[in-house]
Amino acid sequence: MTNANGPPGWIPSARAVPEFWPPAGGRTRVECVFVSDPQLITEESVAAAVDAALAAIAAAADSTALKQARSAHMAEGSPLANLNAALRSVPNDQKAAFGKLVGQARGRVNGAYAAAEERIVAAEDAARLAAETVDVTALPSRYRAGARHPLELLRERVEDIFTGMGWEIAEGPEVESEWFNFDALNFDADHPARAMQDTFFVEPPEAHLVMRTHTSPVQVRTMLDREVPIYVLAPGRVYRTDELDATHTPVFTQFEGLAVDKGLTMADLRGTLDHFVKSVFGDEAKIRLRPSFFPFTEPSAELDFWHPTFKGGARWIEWGGCGMIHPNVLRAAGIDPEIYSGFAFGMGVERGLMLRDGVQDMREMVEGDVRFSQQFGMVV
Amino acid sequence: MRVPLNWLAEYVDLEPGATPESVQEALVKVGLEEEDVHTFDLTGPIVVGEVLEFTPEEQSNGKTINWCRVRVAADGEIAADGGDAIHGIVCGAHNFRVGDKVVVTLPGAVLPGNFVIAPRKTYGHVSEGMMASARELGLGDEHDGIIVLSTYGIDAPVGTPALPLLGLDDSAVEINVTPDRGYAFSVRGVAREYSHATGAAFRDPALAPAALEATGFSVEIKDDAPIRGVVGADAFTTRVVRGVDATRPTPPWLVARLSLAGVRSISLLVDITNYVMFELGQPIHGYDLDKVAGGLVVRRAEKGETLVTLDGTERKLHPEDLVIADDSGAIGLAGVMGGATTEISDTTTDVLIEAAHFSPVSIARTARRHKLPSEASKRFERGVDPRLGRAAAARVAELLVELAGGTIDSLGQTIAADEAPEAILLPAGYVSGLIGTEYTVAEETSALVEIGAEVTAVEGGLSVVRPTWRSDITGPCDLAEEIARIIGYDRIPSRLPVAPPGRGLTRTQRARRRVAQTLAAAGSTEVQSYPFVSAETNNMFGSATPADVPAIKLANALDAREPFLRTSVLPGLIGVAKRNLARGLVDLSIYETGLVFRPEAGVALGYAGELPNGTVRPSEAELAALKAGIPPQPHHVGVLIVGNVTPKQPGLDAVPSGLTDALDAVRQVALAAGVEIRIEQGSHQILHPGRTAALYVGETLVGYAGELLPSFAAESDLPRTVAVAEINLDAVLAGGTDIVEAQSIFTFMAATQDLSLTVPVEVPAAEVQAAVLEGAGELLEHIRLVDDYRGQGLAEGHKSLSFALRFRAADRTLTAAEASEAKLAGAALAGERFGAAIRD
Repeated sequence: MTNANGPPGWIPSARAVPEFWPPAGGRTRVECVFVSDPQLITEESVAAAVDAALAAIAAAADSTALKQARSAHMAEGSPLANLNAALRSVPNDQKAAFGKLVGQARGRVNGAYAAAEERIVAAEDAARLAAETVDVTALPSRYRAGARHPLELLRERVEDIFTGMGWEIAEGPEVESEWFNFDALNFDADHPARAMQDTFFVEPPEAHLVMRTHTSPVQVRTMLDREVPIYVLAPGRVYRTDELDATHTPVFTQFEGLAVDKGLTMADLRGTLDHFVKSVFGDEAKIRLRPSFFPFTEPSAELDFWHPTFKGGARWIEWGGCGMIHPNVLRAAGIDPEIYSGFAFGMGVERGLMLRDGVQDMREMVEGDVRFSQQFGMVV
Repeated sequence: MRVPLNWLAEYVDLEPGATPESVQEALVKVGLEEEDVHTFDLTGPIVVGEVLEFTPEEQSNGKTINWCRVRVAADGEIAADGGDAIHGIVCGAHNFRVGDKVVVTLPGAVLPGNFVIAPRKTYGHVSEGMMASARELGLGDEHDGIIVLSTYGIDAPVGTPALPLLGLDDSAVEINVTPDRGYAFSVRGVAREYSHATGAAFRDPALAPAALEATGFSVEIKDDAPIRGVVGADAFTTRVVRGVDATRPTPPWLVARLSLAGVRSISLLVDITNYVMFELGQPIHGYDLDKVAGGLVVRRAEKGETLVTLDGTERKLHPEDLVIADDSGAIGLAGVMGGATTEISDTTTDVLIEAAHFSPVSIARTARRHKLPSEASKRFERGVDPRLGRAAAARVAELLVELAGGTIDSLGQTIAADEAPEAILLPAGYVSGLIGTEYTVAEETSALVEIGAEVTAVEGGLSVVRPTWRSDITGPCDLAEEIARIIGYDRIPSRLPVAPPGRGLTRTQRARRRVAQTLAAAGSTEVQSYPFVSAETNNMFGSATPADVPAIKLANALDAREPFLRTSVLPGLIGVAKRNLARGLVDLSIYETGLVFRPEAGVALGYAGELPNGTVRPSEAELAALKAGIPPQPHHVGVLIVGNVTPKQPGLDAVPSGLTDALDAVRQVALAAGVEIRIEQGSHQILHPGRTAALYVGETLVGYAGELLPSFAAESDLPRTVAVAEINLDAVLAGGTDIVEAQSIFTFMAATQDLSLTVPVEVPAAEVQAAVLEGAGELLEHIRLVDDYRGQGLAEGHKSLSFALRFRAADRTLTAAEASEAKLAGAALAGERFGAAIRD
């Protein structure tokens, strides 16, 4: 249907175009007229071509129809194109006038086309987006939510508080020599204090190995291995022969602090603990010390802290033991107690979690029910 | 230690209106922590009544009951229950007569065990209350009859509240006594502490003038084998009281006090010895003098010697056991338990009292050896005042006279430990320097005097002789604690010390945190489990082959079936998975990090011989030996995945889990650790033979990933597909570094090509890929396996591996020809190594 060689030839009839759309049976009928003469360029014929083009463009409801209109009225072989081509055979003296006539016509059609295109693209984009709407609350998730164990998170939190103060984190084995767990900590072999901590012993007994009953052997190792001054925190799992119930577990988590330096006093101990409980329980938290006994500290104290947000009202709560390192312990580590002093403290992470987050039953912390960890997610 | 308040009040003034709670509050300030409060649980009208008359009535069941008229209020007055002054009461007991004063629990009274008294129709009468027996009131086991007050020498007007007469209105505070405070296992010690806490006046019962010295009874301390250089006994007092009536009942007040203190009444003589032990803290042993043959000898047991102790058990004695012997041989385990042959009984008339001071270590060992922790051994182990013997023996004698009608004999003997404890120098300024607040010399002196020490000012400080009951005080730091606690810990200020700059977490610590964090972020839930397992479990999981795995065995496991420590974290994870599955949580990805215990075959555990002395730094050789005996305990991470990775959802089918997910967990661990972990085909006895990966860092095997053997899963009630991975984090992190050698990022245009190679099915894809990568040279920037095809169109026993390749040059845009050339070079090397052929 195209008239590739220019005039003369068939061009689609401008009049007929509006009837072409929408196409009746999928087939496009193009009614053509034959252009044989530059004399066809008349104001009327130009106006007719323009009118037909504008009408087709205006009638186009989507980009397919618009494309149709373009090929019928603007592309090669269309009346306007043919008129434009016919300009070549127009006598020179009339070229300017006819050229202007045809050029303006084409300009109007092109402008209308661009506007229509913009309108239709926008409408179609909008329609597509509308069609793509989903129920965001019903979409599937390809992600599975995991969780940390809150005891681990709380332990890390405690570590961060102390590393923030310049302390370092020390570690040691859980199966430990009795020497590190007891002897070096001023536990006399025959003193009842040694039986106070119900100890798991390793076979054979003459090997003198135990499951550590506290993380204090890490303190001993630290004092043996490092140079004074020492400021370390020793967190970790410890073991005692308690049957599991709501408030006891044979395996639990402790963190112990140790500071050895010149001139350290019980006031430094209290200040450190004050800072710590404020960090965990808020600025109103504070420490109270009560006399107590531990073989490895003298003076010794039980530490209570003021829990400002305790369920059921602010109150004093027991949370561990502390004291000034016994001179015998310093001596066992080769540190001269005449020159150096130090303090130590120890608390249970489980109890911390119970107090801070209201965990009621120790068993929930050790059973591994995923719902327990998942209620904390990644945050303690 | 339980302390009845009325008893306490005999030796210290309790503040007006003192309650068990207020007493505990005072005691906790000086270090005696509260545990509990004990009472007799008796409330309501319980009064003295008088039996006016009674009629025995025989019942059809053969029993005879007494229908009694009992006066419970004075004539014309209203009884304590609001009823008439005379009550009709049915009583089954027969040990009373008309005119006897008895204890009547009136309607409205509540007895122990929440036994509510109410008018009750019984045996054809309405019984308006009960005439009580001792047991019904919680006063011992006596239930042979009702309490007849005259038996105890008690008389009071009818209607008088009966509880105070019997000591049943008292209550006891229970406190926790720390092991250094043996003296606080006595009313004497607690009264002293209460005085420290409140400033109230303390009256020392041990200062009561001792009765005249006795002589003539032979006692010999003959310790041939002192333990740790300490003689088994250093003080030993004996006294004799003759003519006692052992059958007399123990007065109710004494039974009540013992009962509140937690001790059952046995008989008058035994009760008296117990009473004095609780009062003063001095364990007392009473012998039936007639049964003692000759004098007493304190000595170590002879080889093969046996002794039947009071509890009727025949005990084989150890040569280290300290015994009390007479001419017949051992008659008691010193300080632990007496012997049966010389036991005091209802027929005893002459009592030999023993109040001795034994070595704590000797007693502790014997009590532990024979598993005989007694009230006596508990006190001796923690330290008894060595000078207490005379006063305690005198107190026992006095009570035997007063309550059992005996007379004090001049026979006896005292071996005294009168040496004063060694003086301790408390340097000036020491206490202030240790505690961090100023104490004046006057304050220090006064606090030390208050606890019973003798203080003398000397050059450079104070010379302090500790009280004899405070064997725990051995150095200036102990004195510092006493001063700080007597003045009050509240005085200690709060000051934050400045630590030298730290270096934060170590590389390993940071890596472990990242691993835990990454696994959780990737959808796994962190759990914890106990490390206790059976030997079978360790053998199954601890090694790739069915071999015995060396493991740590506990001597006193909580569960005898699981005495070993884990060599793998997987058994714990499997236990946790089963628990979750049982609770309906079926889609699981869980992980645990923690130590496993892997003793090395052939390496002896522990330290050979006696441990080094704990009071000096051991030699480097000793320290090295101590550490060498401790088994390796590497940090492991284990992951278990079962059920669906994601459940069925709108537009998405359920995605079942499997080995893929375990391998992804391995990759997550590798990423977090910053270490490349290589996955190779592997085998492990507990894992599916075709679905097991061995994990390597360099040439080191660091773990396994796989699906559990389906047969094992079935036996364990687990679904058929359970994917697991376990990695030794210590091995992964060993020797590595966090420093990355950064490569330049080239930006010239990439050329992408595909490559399909046919290889025998048994050739691992990763090795083919590695060959292509190597053969293609540096232009090949990235290679990815996109397909593993087996089936039609391939030779038998072959598979087709398709790779997507991305080429890039550092300095130019590659041509297609250059990329193809590199690709063919890669294919050629794969061909050379594995017979790989390009498949079009």
